[in-house]
Amino acid sequence: MIFSRYKREVSAAIAFVVLLVVVGIAAPTFFSAGNLRDLVINNAPTLLIAIGMTLVILAGQIDISVGSQFAVCSVAAGFLAKTGMPIPILFICVLLTGAAMGALNGALIGWLRLPSIIVTLAMLVMWRDALRWVTEGAWVQNLPENFQWFGLGQTGGEILIVAITLVLFAFFAWSLRNLASARKVYAVGSDAEAARLAGIRSPNVVFWVFVIMGGLVGIAALLNAVRFSAIPGNSGVGLELKAIAAVVVGGAAISGGRATLIGTLIGVALLGTIGTALTFVGINPFWEKAIQGAIILAALVSDVALGRLEKNGKFNLAGAKAA
Amino acid sequence: MPEKTLLKASNISKSYSGVHALRDASFTLRSGEVHALVGENGAGKSTLIKIITGAVLQDDGEIVLNGEAITSNSPALSKSLGIAAIYQQPVLFPELTVAENIAIGRERLGAFGVIDWKERRNTAKALLERVGARIDTETIAAELSMPQQQLVEITRALGADAKVLIFDEPTASLSEEDTQNLFKVIRELRADGVGIIYISHRLEELPVIADRVTVLRDGRTIETLEMADVTTEQMIRLMVGRDLSAVFPKRQVERGEVIFELKNFGSRSAGIRGIDLAVRAGEIVGVSGLIGAGRTELAKTIFGLEAPDEGEILIKGRAIHIGHPSEAIEYGIAYLPEDRRKHGVVLDFPISANITLASLKKLSGFAGLNFRFGKEKEIAADYTRRLGVKTPAIFNAVSTLSGGNQQKVALSRWLMTKPSVLILDEPTQGIDVGAKAEIHELMMELAEQGVAILMISSELPEVLGMSDRIAVMSGGTIVKIFDRADATQDKILSVALGHLESAATR
Repeated sequence: MIFSRYKREVSAAIAFVVLLVVVGIAAPTFFSAGNLRDLVINNAPTLLIAIGMTLVILAGQIDISVGSQFAVCSVAAGFLAKTGMPIPILFICVLLTGAAMGALNGALIGWLRLPSIIVTLAMLVMWRDALRWVTEGAWVQNLPENFQWFGLGQTGGEILIVAITLVLFAFFAWSLRNLASARKVYAVGSDAEAARLAGIRSPNVVFWVFVIMGGLVGIAALLNAVRFSAIPGNSGVGLELKAIAAVVVGGAAISGGRATLIGTLIGVALLGTIGTALTFVGINPFWEKAIQGAIILAALVSDVALGRLEKNGKFNLAGAKAA
Repeated sequence: MPEKTLLKASNISKSYSGVHALRDASFTLRSGEVHALVGENGAGKSTLIKIITGAVLQDDGEIVLNGEAITSNSPALSKSLGIAAIYQQPVLFPELTVAENIAIGRERLGAFGVIDWKERRNTAKALLERVGARIDTETIAAELSMPQQQLVEITRALGADAKVLIFDEPTASLSEEDTQNLFKVIRELRADGVGIIYISHRLEELPVIADRVTVLRDGRTIETLEMADVTTEQMIRLMVGRDLSAVFPKRQVERGEVIFELKNFGSRSAGIRGIDLAVRAGEIVGVSGLIGAGRTELAKTIFGLEAPDEGEILIKGRAIHIGHPSEAIEYGIAYLPEDRRKHGVVLDFPISANITLASLKKLSGFAGLNFRFGKEKEIAADYTRRLGVKTPAIFNAVSTLSGGNQQKVALSRWLMTKPSVLILDEPTQGIDVGAKAEIHELMMELAEQGVAILMISSELPEVLGMSDRIAVMSGGTIVKIFDRADATQDKILSVALGHLESAATR
C-alpha cells in the first residue's frame, strides 16, 4: 500500500540509493563527515525553495523568478545587516522582502489571472536587472561580525541553518496533510473550476501560495548569505531550474494536484548529490548538468509509464491496495 | 427494410483486471437500420462500442464487418473501414473552421501536401447539405451551438464514408427541437443504407427513432427485440432484471415558509432578467425550458458564479448579497452543477475528499489547524452508505466510479453542507435508471426534511414527475409558472417555445 501510493517517490529514492551505493563502492571517501556536511549545507537553501515550488506546482502554477528573488533577498540581507539591525529582526525583514515579491506574483497570477510562466519570466528579468542597476554589479562587503554564521561560529551557524531548514520542512510536510487549506491547494491544482464550484476561492489560494514561495526564498537567501563574508549581486542564477527539477524528480505532476514533500526532499538530495558524486568517482563535473537533465527526463518518462500502466490495469497497484 | 447484415459482433468478452465488462456479448447490425443499445451504466455498452471502434481490444470473440473479420482492430483501422462514433459532447477543433474540421484526416492533398482550399470548401458544403445543415463552412467551430457542432461531427463522419455510425447519448443535452432535427438526419442516413447504433438513456425516444433494440445487463446481451414489439416498461425490466416502477417517488409534503425568494432578479452578463420566484420549505420547483433559455445561468447567478446586476435574493425574508460560491454556501445554498465530469467532482480526488470539499471548515479545529481525518472518514463512509455509492473503498479516486456513482458523490458533498436551498442542474442526466430512481427518492427525503429544491431538467417526464410547481424559462426569464396539477408536457413545451401571448407583458 505504501509503495502503491508513493511509487513515484519510491522510484526516485531507489535511484538515489543506487547512486549512493555506486559512489560508495567507487569512492568510499565520499561518505566522509566533512563531505556530507558540505552537501547538507549546500542543499539546505535549495530544499527551502523546492518546498515553496512544490506548493506552487501543486496549485497548478510555476515560478521561474525564484533565482532573481533570491538575489534581491541576498543583497537586501547584506544592506540590512550593515545598518546594524539585530539578527531576529533582520530575519523577519528578509522574509518579508521575499514575501512581498511573492505577493506581487500572486496578485498578478491569482487575481488578474495572468499566466504564471509569463509573469514570473518578466519578474525573473526585472528583479535581476533592477538589482544590477542598484548594486552596479558590486558585491556587498564589510559585513558586520555578527552576520556571518549569525555570529555563532561556523559549527554553530551550520547547526542553526540545518535546524531551521528541518523545522520548516517538517512544518510544511505536516501542514500539507493536516491543514484544510492544503486540501484547497490540491483541489485548485487538480481542477480549479471544480474547486470554485465547491466554494473555494482559487485566486486567494494561488495568491497565498506565491506569498509563501517568496517568504521561503527570503529565508533561503539569508541562510545562504551568512555562509560567506561578502554577498554577490548575481547569486541564485539557475535556482528556478534546480527547484523545479527537484520537485518533478520527486514525483510531482507538473500539471498540478499531485506532489509530496518527501518526494521533493528526495529530488533535492538526488540532484544535489550528483555533481559532487561525479567528482569523487573521477568523472569530469562538466557532465553534471547533462546527467541532471537525463534524470529529469527519466522521471517524466517513468511518471507517464506508471500512469499508463495504472490506467490499462496491467500493472494495477492501486487495485491491489483496494483488494 | 434491407436484411443485409453489416456488422456482427459474436461472443465478445472483455475483462479489466478480473472484472468482466462484457461476457459472451453478441450483436448484429443491419445496413439501413437504427439499432438501439440500452442498459444501465456499467452494463457494458461503452465497452462494446470501444471494441467496435478499436479503442480497446476484446479478450475473446470476433467482430465481422461486411463478412470480413476485423483482426487487430485500432481506432485508425475501424475509421478506415467506415466506422465512426459521435459522442454526447462533440469533439471538434474549436479554433478551426467548419470546413477544416470536416477535412481533417481524410482529405486528398495536392503535390507536396498542399491544401486545395477550394476543393475543401466544396466538399464540406456538399456534405453539410447532405445532412441538411445550414452552416457556413468558414465559421470557427467554437462559435457554433452544441447542436450545430454535432451536425458538423456527423458531417465529418460521412466525409470519412461511414458505413456504421455510432451515436452515444446524442440527445442528452439537446432541446426538443434540435432532437427532432437530429432524428431527421438519422432517418435520412438510414435511408442511404448506413447502419446506426444508437445509445440513449432516454427510453421514451427509442420508439420514435429505433428499429430494433438490444438490452445489455451485467456485460451480457440479454435480448434483441423489434422496437415495435416492446414497451418502455419491458425494456426497463430487462435492463434492471427486476421490476422498477417508472413512476416517480413523488409524495405530498407539507410546505413550510418561503425560504428562498428572487425579486426582479437578473444579470446582464449571464443573460437573465426580471426573475420573480419564491420557493417554500419542502417544495420542489422544476425549471424547464429550451437550451439557451437561461436556466443554468440563473442557477450560476444565484450561486455567485455570475454577477447579478438587478433585483435581489432573499433567504428567509432577508435580502442577501452573494459574490462568490463560498458566500452562497454560508447562506445555506448548494448547487449541484450540470455535467459532473466537468467540475462537479474533482476526478483525481478520493471519494472522501470530494465529499468534504465544500465543508472543510467543519473538519478543522481552531484557525484551520488540526484536520480531523477520522471524522472525514466517518462522514464519507456514512454518505456513501446512505446514498448507495458502489465502491470498494472510500479512498479510491472518484474517476474510478460510474457516472451515477460520481453524481451521488457530488450530491453527498452538498448534503454535507446541510443546505436549506438545493439547486440541482440536470441531476440525472446520463445516469442509469437505478441511480436515477435513487436520486429521485433522495430528493423526496430532502424535501420532507424541509429543504427548498430548485431542479433544472431538460427531461419533461422528470420535471412533471418530481415538481410541485414548474417554472418555464424562455429568453432569459421565467415566462410562466405552472402548478403541478395544471402542467402537461404539451403546455410546458408550447410555453418554452414561446407560444405564449402573455410572454410579451413580462
